Amino acid sequence: MRLNKILNNTLLVFAACLVLSACATKKVSTGQMQGDVYTGTDTVEYLADGVADRVFFATNETVLTTASRETLRAQAAWMRKNSKINVVLEGHADERGTREYNLALGERRANAAKDYLMTYGISSDRISVLSYGKERPVDAGSNPLAWSKNRRSVTVKAN
Amino acid sequence: MKKKFIILFLILIFPLKVFALIEVDITRGNLNPLPLAVSPLAIDEQSRNEFKKIIKKENIGSEISSIVENNLKTSGLFNPLNKDAFLQAPEIANLKPRFEDWSLIKAQALITGKVTFIDEKLRVEFRLWDVLAAKEIMALAFTTVPNNWRRVGHIISDKVYERLTGEKGYFDTRIIYVAEEGPKTQRKKRLAIMDQDGANNKFLTLGNELVLTPRFNPTSQMVTYLSYFKNLPRVYLLDIETGTQEVVGDFPGMTFAPRFSPDGKKIIMSFAKDGKSDIYTMDLENRIVDRITNHPSIDTSPSYSPNGKFIAFNSDRSGYQQIYIMKSDGSDVKRISFGNGIYGTPVWSPRGDLIAFTKLHKGKFYIGVMRTDGKGERLLTENYYQEAPSWSPNGRVLIFYRETKTNSDGEGFSAKLWSIDLTGYNERLVTTLTDASDPSWSSLLSN
Repeated sequence: MRLNKILNNTLLVFAACLVLSACATKKVSTGQMQGDVYTGTDTVEYLADGVADRVFFATNETVLTTASRETLRAQAAWMRKNSKINVVLEGHADERGTREYNLALGERRANAAKDYLMTYGISSDRISVLSYGKERPVDAGSNPLAWSKNRRSVTVKAN
Repeated sequence: MKKKFIILFLILIFPLKVFALIEVDITRGNLNPLPLAVSPLAIDEQSRNEFKKIIKKENIGSEISSIVENNLKTSGLFNPLNKDAFLQAPEIANLKPRFEDWSLIKAQALITGKVTFIDEKLRVEFRLWDVLAAKEIMALAFTTVPNNWRRVGHIISDKVYERLTGEKGYFDTRIIYVAEEGPKTQRKKRLAIMDQDGANNKFLTLGNELVLTPRFNPTSQMVTYLSYFKNLPRVYLLDIETGTQEVVGDFPGMTFAPRFSPDGKKIIMSFAKDGKSDIYTMDLENRIVDRITNHPSIDTSPSYSPNGKFIAFNSDRSGYQQIYIMKSDGSDVKRISFGNGIYGTPVWSPRGDLIAFTKLHKGKFYIGVMRTDGKGERLLTENYYQEAPSWSPNGRVLIFYRETKTNSDGEGFSAKLWSIDLTGYNERLVTTLTDASDPSWSSLLSN
């Protein structure tokens, strides 16, 4: 009887541990994503203080999220202040698509960012667009978090 | 290359089908590969020494016969028997096989032959025998420069394959592909070319810029591919013999997904601008550019039908990637893929009746085929990631590339070429020196 109780308690504790560790693992793998759009900043570089260089996309999507639009507005403000700087927008896709389609998708993502910069007064002469498709991932992982970091448009100084 | 090769004379070819006692059924895959014996080609002492000096191989006769053996084996349709069991010496078997000996080891067909060194040239004769009927069913002789010895093996393989299956072979062919090295985030990619069996590998670019999707011209030694030269992704044309290359057309943006028309006179490709990709052709003679599609969607991966009248392509105009066909002038666009999942990279079979494709469904990638009306979909292979099928020139085999999943540290990535029979049987790793992707199969070099 007593032994049984001890066993039961041990099992309970064990089960609780399992639940906790499951939660912990889950948190790590989805912590920097909302839906399947990446929200972390660990892979991001900065063009200037507070001006992040990249925006992220949902799978197969080219729509700019609220956070992306905010980043691009900061980039536009920075470009207006630095009128001699031109940029290349490099569009990328994740590895879960055919190579040729992904080249087109990267181009479309970079153009979505370009269009937004233009609505904030940046001349198209200052922006060029380049797609790498799935050829240049930042994260080599084969998991949803890695893919979300790779679906991006990166603004790079051209001069 | 082609011209150097002379078929000197045909000793005899029997009227087809009359004596077709052994036949290989190619429609059912490799469940019962035909047992056959490839006797090493006989060679006299003097010829053997001459060839040893030139090609640095101990015995060119056995080298050529092992090429034949390997080809027939990889086709999955034949089962070459172990040479240790052969009772008859090669030179005697070539004169008159003792059929009882060969049927004793269960060989249904026998290949024999002889190699000689004549006037600085390589002369090879070979015979194909039907063991059960005790008959010679084919005999041919070739003369060529000694350095062509591997191709002789491939041509013999093609002749045997054709005689026994009733369809043209695909062994005297080459594969152009992208050789890959380095970490996944910074892959170095080079164009490379090799014989269909992996021999004679040669790198065609240095790896200074990213290169993708090389494709053979079906009628010449030209290749079209995508290069990021000076960070401008553009379609290029490369002459493999001379090494000269040029950019195709004068487009103000990225051109990609190139392929030749079946007559080799046009390049069809995508041009991306302002977030939309459309399909264009350029005539290689007069350089005239035609726009084929005009749609706000992504239209890419175009592939002509073998008669040049239709184009299969990939479009996301329905919301997701699907396969469409249209007339070659861009009219009559019809969606043909309606299964679950998304579909890409349609490639028209050289026979014209099927379209091979890549499909993504529930996180898995498939290589499959469907009829040109989209019906009769058949998935040949499922994996974590694979795409870009390319047909053997006889339309029996598909070559494609497959990538592995990395572990949680992003390690363990590899890209390899694989081939599979149209029946879905005989899936094989195609061995390459480095990692490899984007394979394209040439036409038969000799015909």
